[in-house]
Amino acid sequence: MKAGTNLERLFNQGEYLVTSELGPPQSASISLIEKKANILRGYVDAVNITDNQTAVVRMSSLAACVIAKQHGLEPILQMTCRDRNRIALQSDIIGSAALGINNVLCLSGDHQTLGNHPGSKNVFDVDSIQLLSILKNMRDKGIFQNNKTIKYPPKLFIGAAANPFGDPFEFRVIRLAKKIKAGADFIQTQSIFDVDRFERWMEEVRKKDLHRHAFIMAGVTPLKSYRAANFMTKIAGITIPEEIINRMKNAKDEKSEGLKICQEIIERIKRIKGVRGLHIMAVMWEDIVPKIVKESGLYPRPK
Amino acid sequence: MIIAKRKPLKDILKMIENCKKILLVGCGTCVTVCSAGGEKEVGILSSLIKIAFKKEGKSIEIIERTVKRQCEKEFIEEIKEEIVSCDAVLSMACGIGVQAIADIFEDVSVYPALDTTFDGMPEEQGVWVELCSCCGNCVLDKTGGVCPITRCAKSLLNGPCGGSQDGMCEVNEDTPCAWQLIYDRLKKQGKLDLLTEIEPIRDWSTSKSGGVRKIIREDLKL
Repeated sequence: MKAGTNLERLFNQGEYLVTSELGPPQSASISLIEKKANILRGYVDAVNITDNQTAVVRMSSLAACVIAKQHGLEPILQMTCRDRNRIALQSDIIGSAALGINNVLCLSGDHQTLGNHPGSKNVFDVDSIQLLSILKNMRDKGIFQNNKTIKYPPKLFIGAAANPFGDPFEFRVIRLAKKIKAGADFIQTQSIFDVDRFERWMEEVRKKDLHRHAFIMAGVTPLKSYRAANFMTKIAGITIPEEIINRMKNAKDEKSEGLKICQEIIERIKRIKGVRGLHIMAVMWEDIVPKIVKESGLYPRPK
Repeated sequence: MIIAKRKPLKDILKMIENCKKILLVGCGTCVTVCSAGGEKEVGILSSLIKIAFKKEGKSIEIIERTVKRQCEKEFIEEIKEEIVSCDAVLSMACGIGVQAIADIFEDVSVYPALDTTFDGMPEEQGVWVELCSCCGNCVLDKTGGVCPITRCAKSLLNGPCGGSQDGMCEVNEDTPCAWQLIYDRLKKQGKLDLLTEIEPIRDWSTSKSGGVRKIIREDLKL
């Protein structure tokens, strides 16, 4: 075991995992985290705590991870390269490990001009692949990026994101291979709506045997409304097929149609070889997660 | 070359509001080519300033000059007398030209009429694009001649982020994704294997991050 986290242990037991997402509040209040933790606890194996997602200022991921853990969740610390240089990133990693937060997901980060402080300066000292290599070296070699020894190295279970729907398509699997080579133990994909394309992507993944070198989780998002579906299409890196948009548009009960679409996608994903779990990103609709988990036959969760 | 654009007229007028006589000095190099601060633009701005002053019932004397290269001291020396005879110098050069004059004439107020924007080239008539960040450690040999540090909004060195869509960047849908361009070029050249290598973490000390930069060439010093 590299980090001994619940997430790592369950993967190694051969379980089909379920993770979800929790966006920290835009304030100093812990009640929102408590509320979301109470909904998700027991239904998911770990929860990504986002790092100022969409470049909107929120409570720091690390602080929210600690609070989520206190409320019975297994957190995954998200770390973007947008706001911190290698000094701050490494500092936060040893700090988080010291606080018992050992799952980390490395991301490039949404560009700040798309967020709520568009005039801010970005960092991007390292990219997400380079960040993976920094964390792997900290854990496995016990060294900082400058090759200096870390007396008590952090124990980490390292994750990365993959977007099978970004372009150029042929490069997407190469990029995944680079992420795994750099240090990713597990992968969570962007929300899948175009299952055909995801199947083609997984076929390439299996050809390169990448699914044997990292645990791959498929991202899904239930659409709450036609409006939400339209909004999602505007988010960088997400594509929703016309057919799904039309189903949401014509639905009498948008919520139940959105849920039905999500279940259909999950059923297809569950049949794809090499996928080791689901990552449910129910943005602004966290309370639906238990229902999705139950109806997908993934409840109760393994111990 | 250096690409610049003129500041809004109201900002320029604010700088010189108390002046009776100014030297408006253009530059014959980059900013002439990008139509921001050459002889022609000096003439136009001079007229605009005079009209604006007249509208307010004020008058201003403007000496118009354009030197060959405002970033070199010997060319600035040519307009030395005009510089010291005015209340202020309004420079239509890039930030380098402004500072070159300020550096020689410490007691003269030198104001920028342009915003220096980037190092780039014209893409088509009236359109300029940024191409180089002057990072001091060129990677173009590995990226098919497309600079990811400058042309990727996130300066990524290991391929496109998830926001690359139909060849365009998530930050601005009119801007091509640099990594799509890199991918396409390397594919044409049969060099896609270059992209499977992990580009190591950079030493940014050659860039602005390393502090103010200076080049000393002993072989050229007198």
